[in-house]
Amino acid sequence: MDAAARPSTLRKAGLPAKRPLRVLPVIELAVLVVLVAAPVVLSGRAELITLMTNVIILSLLAISFDLCWGFSGIMSFGQALFFGVAGYVVALVGRDLDFSQLWGTLPLAMLVGGLLAAALVAFLLLGRKAPSSIFVAFGTLTGAYAAERLVAGWQYVGAGNGLSAIKLMGFGSFEFVERVEFYSVVLTALVLVYAASRWLVRSQLGLVLAGMRQNEERLAFFGYRVQVFKALVFSFAGVIAGLSGALYSYHQGFTGPSNLGPGLSTTAVIYCLFGGSGTLIDPVLGTAAIELLNYVLADTDAIRQFWPVILGVVLLVVVMFQPTGLLGLVVSARERIGSFGVRRRPG
Amino acid sequence: MALLEVSGATKLYGQLRALDGVDLSVEVGTFHGLIGPNGSGKSTLLKSIAGAHFPTTGAIRFDGADITQLPPYQRARSGLSLKFQITAVLAELSVYDNVLLALQSLEGNWSLLFSRSRKRLDADVMHALERFRLADRADNLAGELSHGEQQWLEIAMALAPRPKLLLLDEPTGGMSPEERRVTGELLAPIRSECALVIVEHDLDFFKNICDRLTVLD
Repeated sequence: MDAAARPSTLRKAGLPAKRPLRVLPVIELAVLVVLVAAPVVLSGRAELITLMTNVIILSLLAISFDLCWGFSGIMSFGQALFFGVAGYVVALVGRDLDFSQLWGTLPLAMLVGGLLAAALVAFLLLGRKAPSSIFVAFGTLTGAYAAERLVAGWQYVGAGNGLSAIKLMGFGSFEFVERVEFYSVVLTALVLVYAASRWLVRSQLGLVLAGMRQNEERLAFFGYRVQVFKALVFSFAGVIAGLSGALYSYHQGFTGPSNLGPGLSTTAVIYCLFGGSGTLIDPVLGTAAIELLNYVLADTDAIRQFWPVILGVVLLVVVMFQPTGLLGLVVSARERIGSFGVRRRPG
Repeated sequence: MALLEVSGATKLYGQLRALDGVDLSVEVGTFHGLIGPNGSGKSTLLKSIAGAHFPTTGAIRFDGADITQLPPYQRARSGLSLKFQITAVLAELSVYDNVLLALQSLEGNWSLLFSRSRKRLDADVMHALERFRLADRADNLAGELSHGEQQWLEIAMALAPRPKLLLLDEPTGGMSPEERRVTGELLAPIRSECALVIVEHDLDFFKNICDRLTVLD
């Protein structure tokens, strides 16, 4: 396979016969425009800025799940574990060390989320025998459940009452209260996380993930140690969940045991599957759709009471009738999976 | 010294004895055919060599090292490559990306993360596709190829990481006579690159390309 001996006609021969229209970049750009314009359009509607801030923070959690499931085939029912623990860490650092500078606490939360995810995944995935997906799903679920029960009985972290009046996130002498300033921080976080995740899944390592989702065994026979790639992505997802959890704690001014349990973990699954897993933008859209619906229906007691049931039915319908989610209606499977080679100009 | 040496390999599935004390020796640069009736253990032997499962007893040495208990990815890294009996191309990836995936398996994780070899491997991918008459299908999904083309793509993928020994399990299965002939032509030049162990049912195909034959019964 001597590159020098390659006939110049080869590149031409490999040209795609047709390059289908790409919808995803258009959707990504539209979402970015909406998110950037939101504070201007919604100025004077503080409660909507708060809602949008919440949507973005929870989108980060949903993206972390999408990286696990949509891109690596790891069914994680424990993403809230990394989210919640990181949230507790920044709350405790604020309470006990009187420190809440975002340049220190946000990286700390990401580190905690990443290390915790790495420890859990090392236990679940890196044994001598490759584990089944059911084992991993139950392992993550059990981890989240155990953590929730542990925290609920631990007085140092507020036990069942959680930690309230969390010190405001700061930068120098400036303190981020709700509204536009806080919104700017979470939007910046989303853009950075999205860009990093997109870069990862479109890299050559992303090609390994795409192959892994289709046939793990085949990749092992190429020489790939599949479980290591899964562990890397899971740990990165833990970093994102940690960041999300810290921002959530600061935004809410409170954190409690339910922030790291199976309930929130499952909600992240629903956000992602509703949007359509495996595109990165899907969790953002899924989170927005569900949270907006939740907001609109919040005043109707009868509906609010049955909200978990409604969510469950939504998930069932999506899984049974539209497994590629909302985005699957407009984005082809080919575009979702993507191409990984050198881009060639048609003609 | 033999490149591959299988000695006394036995594989039991409960009461079923799929392999019964098989010995096999493959020299560098030779094409070695495996033949036998259905159920004689040909595919089981190939899979045992590649690491899909471990022999119950016996030993497998490859390139001077005992690989009997090594997992598949380590065997692949040591220079063993397998083409499955049932076509296992990655149907939702493009033909180009299938070969790139096979080729880049020799790269380190950091190199993959930073896509350092994407441009460098482009020439090799296109060369492999050209060699197996798939260059004009590079941008098609692998699942869109005909059965014969998928078999060629899989051989191209198995050959891409430049193995020392290529294991082919029925590479002409389901092919037309013309496609079989072409497959023989495509395989002949790889003699200079690696040794080959091939399972087939077609004696004429063996006669044309194999140096040695082992019969399992």
